[in-house]
Amino acid sequence: MKFHRINALLIRHLYLYRRSLPRVMDIFYWPVMELLVWGFLSVWLQNTDFVGEFNMVSVLLGALIFWNFLTQSQKSVSVAFLEDVWERNLLNVFVTPLKPSEFLTSTAILGAVRILLVAIVMGALAALLYSFDVFQFGILIIPFVINLLIFGWTIGVLIIGILLRYGTQAQILAFGLIVLFQPLSAVFYPVSALPSFLQSIALALPSAHVFEGMRAVLQGDFPFTTLGYAFLTNAIYLVFALWFFYMMFSRAKKRGLLLKLE
Amino acid sequence: MRQIIEVKNLRKEFPAKGKDAIAVDGISFGIERGSITGLLGPNGAGKTTTIQMMLDIITPTSGEIRIFGKNMRKNREEILGKVNFSSPYVSMPYNLTVWENLATFARLYGVSDLRGKISGLARQFEIEDLLPKKTSALSTGQMTRLSMVKSLLNDPKLLLLDEPTSSLDPDIADKTRKLLKKIQKERGITILYTSHNMAEIEELCDRIIFLQKGRIVDDGTPKQIIEKYGRKDLNEVFLHIARS
Ligand SMILES: Nc1ncnc2c1ncn2[C@@H]1O[C@H](COP(=O)(O)OP(=O)(O)OP(=O)(O)O)[C@@H](O)[C@H]1O
Ligand SMILES: [Mg+2]
Repeated sequence: MKFHRINALLIRHLYLYRRSLPRVMDIFYWPVMELLVWGFLSVWLQNTDFVGEFNMVSVLLGALIFWNFLTQSQKSVSVAFLEDVWERNLLNVFVTPLKPSEFLTSTAILGAVRILLVAIVMGALAALLYSFDVFQFGILIIPFVINLLIFGWTIGVLIIGILLRYGTQAQILAFGLIVLFQPLSAVFYPVSALPSFLQSIALALPSAHVFEGMRAVLQGDFPFTTLGYAFLTNAIYLVFALWFFYMMFSRAKKRGLLLKLE
Repeated sequence: MRQIIEVKNLRKEFPAKGKDAIAVDGISFGIERGSITGLLGPNGAGKTTTIQMMLDIITPTSGEIRIFGKNMRKNREEILGKVNFSSPYVSMPYNLTVWENLATFARLYGVSDLRGKISGLARQFEIEDLLPKKTSALSTGQMTRLSMVKSLLNDPKLLLLDEPTSSLDPDIADKTRKLLKKIQKERGITILYTSHNMAEIEELCDRIIFLQKGRIVDDGTPKQIIEKYGRKDLNEVFLHIARS
């Protein structure tokens, strides 16, 4: 063993870390987000008297399945675009008469199909392994699921806009941005378990309203106002994301970036 | 309408730090139906930028592009349905088979006889046996032929080719040229293409447009241009213009 050779490799890693966002995120971002989610959940479980009111299997597993709806919907949009970029196929696609709106619609449908498959697979496994009752939510849950689909799609479209602006150096967002929403969306615990300044951010997110609604449905309520807030906030973000996407698409065409994205 | 393409005062400045970079500096030309026109010029002359503006991939700074007598930007969908493009710098999803890729594009163009169209073109370009293969398994030259087949799927009336033969071996390049000539004769397709291969341009083109620093410096038949500069061939003319 020669130390100078080991050292050479270590220094090479250092060069890479300095420049590579994914590597830095491995150290700071993912672990911190996980810590926040599990931290808020643990503290809530410790302090709450409500636990008895909930069937914990339903709350946690249901939340986990729902959370996957959101990420699936977002990824189907962002990754569909990224794949065309990675494969240098974007130009071929956009010299056909295809409109950007048609491109986005196809990804939305793909997202919906993926959600359905995720629901079936996770629901069946959870039922089999943990006696999770898939049908306990009833059809009342469907409008909430639709909100998750829309919000995931909205974030996905927003990310495409950012990719058009900053190129593939921002591609980590396609996988990482959604994680930022996890602690804030009160997935596994109520919004009230968050510190108050985070509560106001949470209430601005459709996803937080969906998860609040999901817990209410489990308790036998049908929270119309929560659903209303989910649709309302979703509508605002959706319009913004589409506007941003079209701005960035047109900017990319002005700068000749559709050719250069790689 | 004899002019398939009409370009007027077309200009493209790319926003850049400091001074904007002028890629295309106010060019005007018309292209006749059924002709093969070579767009040539040194690296960075503005050839790719010009072609991409015709495809609405790059937005011009000013000027107008009319294709089939219609304004490109206002009739994008209709025009792009009858135009196609091929270049080695674009690729296709590697994990799909060649057939799956072609079928996707055929569907995007709304081709009615999908199977017949694909197998007919694949035969012409000698990639029939590649159809079931993964696209990632293709060599560069095979990829170029696949891209050529893609570009003919919608029976385009106008074909824009950016260095279509640059990665082909002399044999396949020759075949591709002959095929292009044949297809152009049979179907009356109008072809605008760029190449750095001067012999190829001499062989194929009815007309050449010589670009330099975003401007048209010459325009005519290969013969006219060679005679005008009193040179032996187009290669020498190119060197003369590029170095002057
Ligand atoms: N997206 C872009 N942003 C900024 N400048 C660009 C962009 N695309 C091209 N340019 C510049 O515009 C000029 C023309 O480029 P273009 O690609 O059209 O040249 P070309 O004639 O196709 O050259 P080549 O023979 O090398 O393919 C060059 O100076 C190039 O640097
Ligand atoms: Mg070029």
